[in-house]
Amino acid sequence: MTTLQPQPTYQLTGQEKRFIGLHLVVAIFALAVGSIFGPLQAFEWSGLDLYQYLEPIGLDDYYKGLTAHGVLNALVWTTFFITGFLTLTTIVGLKRPLRYPALNRAGFWLMVVGLVMAAVPILAGWASVLYTFYPPLEASWAFYLGLTFVVVGSWIEGYGFFFTYLAWRKENPDTRTPFITFGGLITMALWQIATLGIAVEILTMLLPFAFGLTSGTDPELGRTFFWFTGHPLVYFWLLPAYISWYGMLPKQAGGKLFSDSLARLAFWLFLLLSVPVGFHHQFVDPGIPTGWKYIHAALTYGVAFPSLLTLFTVVASLEYAAHRRGGSGLFGWIRALPWNDPSVSAQLLAGILFMFGGIGGITNASYDVNLVVHNTAWIPGHFHLTVATAVTLSFMGISYWLVPHLTGKPLWKPRWALIQTWLWFVGMIIFSNAMHVLGLLGAPRRTELGTAPYVPDEWNGHLLRVSIGGAILLVSVTMYVVTMIRTAAQKERVAAGGEVEIPVAESLRDPQLTPLWLDSWRPWIIGTVLLILLAYGPQLVEQISNASLSSPGFGP
Amino acid sequence: MSTDTPTEETASFHADPYERKWIMFSLVLLAAFAVTVAVAGFALGFQVPGDETRVDPRTVADAPPWSQPGLRDLGNGEYEVYMLAQQYLFQPREIRVPAGSTVTFYVTSVDVQHGFKLQDTNINMQIVPGHVSKLTAEFDTPGEYPYICHEYCGVAHAAMFGSLIVEAGGDS
Repeated sequence: MTTLQPQPTYQLTGQEKRFIGLHLVVAIFALAVGSIFGPLQAFEWSGLDLYQYLEPIGLDDYYKGLTAHGVLNALVWTTFFITGFLTLTTIVGLKRPLRYPALNRAGFWLMVVGLVMAAVPILAGWASVLYTFYPPLEASWAFYLGLTFVVVGSWIEGYGFFFTYLAWRKENPDTRTPFITFGGLITMALWQIATLGIAVEILTMLLPFAFGLTSGTDPELGRTFFWFTGHPLVYFWLLPAYISWYGMLPKQAGGKLFSDSLARLAFWLFLLLSVPVGFHHQFVDPGIPTGWKYIHAALTYGVAFPSLLTLFTVVASLEYAAHRRGGSGLFGWIRALPWNDPSVSAQLLAGILFMFGGIGGITNASYDVNLVVHNTAWIPGHFHLTVATAVTLSFMGISYWLVPHLTGKPLWKPRWALIQTWLWFVGMIIFSNAMHVLGLLGAPRRTELGTAPYVPDEWNGHLLRVSIGGAILLVSVTMYVVTMIRTAAQKERVAAGGEVEIPVAESLRDPQLTPLWLDSWRPWIIGTVLLILLAYGPQLVEQISNASLSSPGFGP
Repeated sequence: MSTDTPTEETASFHADPYERKWIMFSLVLLAAFAVTVAVAGFALGFQVPGDETRVDPRTVADAPPWSQPGLRDLGNGEYEVYMLAQQYLFQPREIRVPAGSTVTFYVTSVDVQHGFKLQDTNINMQIVPGHVSKLTAEFDTPGEYPYICHEYCGVAHAAMFGSLIVEAGGDS
């Protein structure tokens, strides 16, 4: 492949399309099942307990449902969609097949095995520990082992991407990594580094404990390991959406990526800063000195910076596209964007709500301000704007071109898809606003509030709004799942020549003009490891050397 | 690659003038936030819990002060409360102090993780077995302040709460 000719766009083979499609099948199935439980919780909060009617099928427990909702929606839907999508950005960006397709297949099937292993104890009620599984609440060993397999499987798929990149790099020593591939590789590198925390927690503490080899755990150390992973996890969810916002959405809107340099800088900063911020989830924990908590708070403001860069670059790219479409005015150009395309509409609406999610995120990061909102309904209100909208609604938007591309079939009823995106937007505004307000009023998160004795009257109107928002979201997600199934299942195929293309945006400036330090792994990886050692090292040494496995397990 | 590809020499970091202004604005904004919360936390006393004593959750309830959870009057309107959290109750379940009191809470758990949020105050703590969580608040306004468990602790988690009652007409 030492040709000097510009290469044509890479066409995915049938086998590659099926492999990516399999990821989406599992992802959308998880979303469909998990999303049934979300509204059940939302309804319970305003006194409509539908769980009681699910007793015949063994799903009558609020916290079993909450565990299933968190694991299936936040962990399974995202991880499977992301590994599938990043397979595409790796192959299509580099214009070459995977280096070791069998390795990626092995990773995928290990994830499936892990998913089944974790799903059985959840649905049987042996793992109602929520998706944070804080010890010493004890779950079946199969739950921990299943989660481990999902994570390790995703690592293996990541290795497959890295080997593919190395093979490409050998053939193209002087070429800038294509942006969508570049973003995908950083997402995977971030994931591999971040999940070390949870891997250590499960392998050294939770599995030996669940197998009865140890008599207890150190719950605070477990929290520290968990949140080492827990915060960068949100960037693992978010960065694939950013790849689309930077590298695909401008093309869909008829424009180009405004700044290749800034886009790459933002991704490197996410790699650098997303791990050493975990204590901001532990501001109100005992056992961690306030000085270290503050250092993580300051670094969390640091990781907000690349998101602010993203806001500028993505909006500038969209404005450029809108001007090319004849739009004008300070804000009038927004109307000129192709709002009728459900894929574009989904991502624009996701981006709008993400601005509010970002503002809330900065509130959460704000050290002492966090005292007002920690563990309140504000928090799920916040992450339903981020993971459940910025990420999930963007992924829905991506699948509106991706599934037609993979299947060679037209999107079933694009008008319905468009309505679906707006329903998600409206439902989420109602739901999320009510959750934020409830949090400020002191309502605890993940609590069966319909039975709580301390709920004051002033919460009631907001609890009702949570239910109304949840109902709208249920309608929206159902429309999405039906659209996906009908698209894939229909007989009709797109006419020859009318195939749905993979939207890959060009950059306004040739990426070759982007400096080499923005396409070099070594300095950024070294910086990332050093910063983690500085921000986590002393506390990890302290907490591990003082560890006491003295906390026995209890059932939920 | 095509032969007219720009070379390394011409490569440079490129940012639009508006973009540079946005970058400056973002950095100043974030720095201002960092300074503000630091001043509030370390100078004005809006502090989060820190590193306190460790305890053994299996035996903590057997010896003082935790064997007798409750309110201690330190005089001069200062009080401390030693509180045990367990599935699904707080001990003590009710505390009474006069208006104008300063109360320091020491809370630990004998089983799983719990939460302790005293409504309408800045008292918000994660309760972790093996550690003691500590925060202080002043109570000037009479009334009932529920404290609720805000960390999922098991099936009856929603029932776990208690009440701090601030009584008017304290003998201050």
